[in-house]
Amino acid sequence: MNAAPLRVMLVDDDLERRALVAGALHGAGLAVVAELGTADGLLRAVAGCTPDVVIIDLESPDRDILENMRCLSRDNPHPVVMFATSSDSDAIREAIEAGVSAYVVDGLSPGRVRSVVEVAVARFRQYASLQRELAEARTSLAQRKLIDRAKGILMERGRRSESEAYHALRKLAMDQNKTIADIAQGVIDTAELFK
Amino acid sequence: MSSNLPTPELPRLRLGYIPLTDAAPLVVALENGHFARYGLDVSLSRQPSWATLRDKLSVGHLDGAHLLAPMALACSLGVEGVPQRLVTALSLGLGGNAITVADNLYRDMQAAADGQPVTAQALASVIARRRAAGADPLTFATVYPTSNHTYLLRYWLAAAGIDPDRDLRLIVVPPPQMVQRLKQGDIYGYCVGEPWNTLAVHEGVGCIVAAGHDVWNNAPEKVLAVGAAWAQRYPATHLALIGAIVEAARWLDERPEHRLQAAQLLAGETYLNLPVEVIAASLTGHLRLDPRGAQRELADFHVFYRYAANFPWRSHALWMLQQMVRWGQLPADADLLAAAHAVYRPDIYRLAAARLGAALPAADMKAEGGHRGAWKLGEGSATVTLGPDRFIDGAVFDPADIGAKLAY
Repeated sequence: MNAAPLRVMLVDDDLERRALVAGALHGAGLAVVAELGTADGLLRAVAGCTPDVVIIDLESPDRDILENMRCLSRDNPHPVVMFATSSDSDAIREAIEAGVSAYVVDGLSPGRVRSVVEVAVARFRQYASLQRELAEARTSLAQRKLIDRAKGILMERGRRSESEAYHALRKLAMDQNKTIADIAQGVIDTAELFK
Repeated sequence: MSSNLPTPELPRLRLGYIPLTDAAPLVVALENGHFARYGLDVSLSRQPSWATLRDKLSVGHLDGAHLLAPMALACSLGVEGVPQRLVTALSLGLGGNAITVADNLYRDMQAAADGQPVTAQALASVIARRRAAGADPLTFATVYPTSNHTYLLRYWLAAAGIDPDRDLRLIVVPPPQMVQRLKQGDIYGYCVGEPWNTLAVHEGVGCIVAAGHDVWNNAPEKVLAVGAAWAQRYPATHLALIGAIVEAARWLDERPEHRLQAAQLLAGETYLNLPVEVIAASLTGHLRLDPRGAQRELADFHVFYRYAANFPWRSHALWMLQQMVRWGQLPADADLLAAAHAVYRPDIYRLAAARLGAALPAADMKAEGGHRGAWKLGEGSATVTLGPDRFIDGAVFDPADIGAKLAY
């Protein structure tokens, strides 16, 4: 007999990441019973949806509300009682490093819970690396533009070839222990002064 | 003074804090250069929740934290889910909390008090009347299950004959959400650190009915918590941290105008991001109690240095542990003394304080509750001046007979 799918609640203010994690959980055959953000009435939602697992962004202020549910077992038939699977400290460390925290109903088999947390951790990591790549692409595009402008100034005013201009920037960067983009910015600023 | 200290093993440190007025010693230590004078390059990292602070401390993303004193004890006892050994050798101060109720509840309490001071007894009358009318129990909030806010609020209620579990509903709300939740009518009252009580008064939605001081004079509050393994690995860094923070605490208590300067620092965008006057009220001891302008002078609302405020009393630890047992957070047979000894480290405090000329009590424990005014403990050069320590119900907590006291 197959057990009913675990009921998972997602709490994350980042809508894009939340959708990514929800999709992956659906794909893994889990039931995502609620998706909410900070201060969206977490207690009411937990009472209404009776999740087995709550996956919550490590940075959410609402985490302390869940911590308190360890102490509310008398009032609530489906309390969220523990931080992840307390015996598994490596899994906890990995989750924290990925920015995921998890609260599970007491008595669930650790194996079933682990798979939920693993899916969330993988998606949080994927999302973080996408964000990082995006940020890097943005900076490198901005830096390339700076370097091109500086090269143009050096070629025009210093009568250098493009490759000489680039080597001049690189040498200065190495001598001064700065990035080429920093040196390029300096060249542009100086050129502004002489306009 | 700092030249006598060994060089810190770890010059670059990250400390976590929660946006509260009682983080002042850390903010002052950074902004006024105390950390730098001890050879430490510290960054302060504001955290969204106590749980996040705890977890980042446990995986080493933070070197130390402005932590709820009971939470440091609870972590070591495994009450916090993930067991982790923390130590504290420094109390960040005494007091700093208050109990606030919604303005409409305050008016009901005022009517029930019938011209007498509005106390928890008035709340008991309101609760009895509501029960007779078949109304739902009122919801109150604190900031964390294992916090002095929880224990002070429960103590205040219980001393007036209110059963916090039967007569009320107690939930947790993050401090920055308290005022909004009070406005929305989700909660009717709370116990929280400043400035989140004064802010409710400032916004015209709440009244301060008691200072933490009224429940327990000069009660312990936050500590500087570090991992037990961290403390062992970086002893010189730990001593330098303590030294810098004690100097900042001394500066805070040196002159009234320093409190105002601290309020200006804390008001900044990176810290509390609130109007200076909201933070200054409790820091300067001029409290505004209700939206109609009632005031109260309470110089001991925050104590950062005087009364040996930085000393990590093991009797404070035992009182908090006893509250955990009292309210069912710890089993009655838990070894409280062992936990107090493992987590509270007055021995490390003394090493740092001896170099600073700060208060140096010879004892690790004292009986709590017997003093209405300032008093002296110890003899000769070890004499220290301590503050009043009275409980609202006049009880005396003697750590010497903790076994008997635990028979609740």
